[in-house]
Amino acid sequence: MKISKEEVEKVAVLARLALTEGEKETFSSEMSSILDYFDKLKEVDTEKVAPTSHASAGRNVMRGDEVRPSLSKEECLMNAPDANKGCLRVPKIIG
Amino acid sequence: MECVSCGKCFQLERVINVEFEVIIGLEVHAQLLTKSKIFCSCSTVFGAEPNTHTCPVCLGMPGVLPVLNRKVVDFALRVGLAVHCEIAHYSRFARKNYFYPDLPKGYQISQYELPLAEHGYVEVTTNGKSKRIGVARIHMEEDAGKLLHDERMEADSYSYVDLNRTGVPLIEIVSEPEIRTPEEASEYLKNLRGILQYLEVCDGNMEEGSFRCDANISLRPVGQQRLGTRTELKNMNSFKNVQRALEYEIRRQTNILDDGSEVIQETRLWDAAKGVTLSMRGKEEAHDYRYFPDPDLVPLIIDDDWIEVVRGSLPELPQEKRDRFIKEYQVPEYDAEVLTSSKSLADYYEESVRLFPSPKVVSNWVMGELLRRLKGDDRDIEDCPVTPRYLAKMLKMIEDGTISGKIAKTVFEEMYLSGEDPEKLVREKDLLQLTDEEELDRIIEKVLSGNATEVEDYKKGKSKLLGFFVGQVMKETKGKANPKLVNEILRGRLDR
Repeated sequence: MKISKEEVEKVAVLARLALTEGEKETFSSEMSSILDYFDKLKEVDTEKVAPTSHASAGRNVMRGDEVRPSLSKEECLMNAPDANKGCLRVPKIIG
Repeated sequence: MECVSCGKCFQLERVINVEFEVIIGLEVHAQLLTKSKIFCSCSTVFGAEPNTHTCPVCLGMPGVLPVLNRKVVDFALRVGLAVHCEIAHYSRFARKNYFYPDLPKGYQISQYELPLAEHGYVEVTTNGKSKRIGVARIHMEEDAGKLLHDERMEADSYSYVDLNRTGVPLIEIVSEPEIRTPEEASEYLKNLRGILQYLEVCDGNMEEGSFRCDANISLRPVGQQRLGTRTELKNMNSFKNVQRALEYEIRRQTNILDDGSEVIQETRLWDAAKGVTLSMRGKEEAHDYRYFPDPDLVPLIIDDDWIEVVRGSLPELPQEKRDRFIKEYQVPEYDAEVLTSSKSLADYYEESVRLFPSPKVVSNWVMGELLRRLKGDDRDIEDCPVTPRYLAKMLKMIEDGTISGKIAKTVFEEMYLSGEDPEKLVREKDLLQLTDEEELDRIIEKVLSGNATEVEDYKKGKSKLLGFFVGQVMKETKGKANPKLVNEILRGRLDR
């Protein structure tokens, strides 16, 4: 299955990746071959196999509704690329 | 038939009812009243200093693992069962991928395929007719952070992000596109909010955003099966605004279709000040969320035992309570509707009736003076200075003749202002009913001798003047005279 350059560009926009023309070519062919492999997998009869969404066999992992201490404001903002007035600061968002 | 747009005028009747059918579907996001967040132990308390309720999990640091808060599931189950949904025995979480500054992980943990609950309904009554609005699904998800917009923050060319709300539990309740008028939409929301409040899973505060609503709306020619192009409306933070925004959007889409143009599928923001919806064009890209099962959260299995435990814990819901009030207290349907509009009001009423077992009398006072005063002060019943005990005490004082019904209004006002015991107020403000016959007789004598002409007229047959004399006596006693006694004495004197 051929993945076009346009499709690669769309995925790149969604993932916020800036790709060079060369990378677009590379990904187009690599993604195509990945999907070809899925076509191969489709040949297997999975009629009686339930879809797997998780590798773990675990079920119902839950906790009680208890509050524990949070990070301090300083710790919270420590990794932010930009912070000011006790908040993370980002380019102006309208609306 | 009245106009579906405003419910009052008749002008749009032809345009809308004859030519187009309105199709509305609502999405409600309700914040759940848990103490901690859905996938971590940070506090959910509203109004804390920005960015003081976060941890590596809700900040989306690498290598952390979310763990589901069991209470979120309990709460979501309560709602699912209360609106008659089928509960999924096997349910799972999914990642909804998009980039926005209020979303630290780059995805929101939500449910996509296999939501917790599906196929329920909420009953609504408009113009005396009941109808079931389908609930397509209810799923659990995490809230995003908040972009701060106060003036201090807005002066520059940045936006400021507070991540305290990130990870606060939400349920999204999606209706079927079965709503046909803005009025139905508003009723659906009111009833749904009432149910959430009765269940004590959400405070229902629309202004603070703990109960938020988006609407999808489209028009199609009557008789056509295929749905028309819809728009999505956002930013409506009250029932009134939801109704107004939908009314506006019906007019807008009607005009477009009447012109032979096409409605564009887009998100539009309601501007309450201008009373219009505005396109968000250019600010939002076509969404492609690339949902997939979240590998960090294992599937959720809900067995029948769990469902039955939750079902057994459900309280009496608004509709059941309303029906019971009509039956048990013999109050009119309208009274029952108002009295059960919130659980706290219903509790207030029931407590008052328990202390003063004349349901209709209590209902008249609660729905009259009490709600009028609270509404005027924009107060909730929880903040009412007059307790059920004092209200009942005052009603007893009217009943046994200690105070007159007229004076009771003054006593009530004093109680409302001070929160004091009515007995104390009556004593201190000298509001006791005047029942001393000798004194009343003296006052009546005075009134009659001061209105000799009227007395003449009365004796000539103008018996309606009795009311005038009673009024004069009341005036003379500042409303404290016992009206029954006044009537008796007056008649005795005039009719002899």
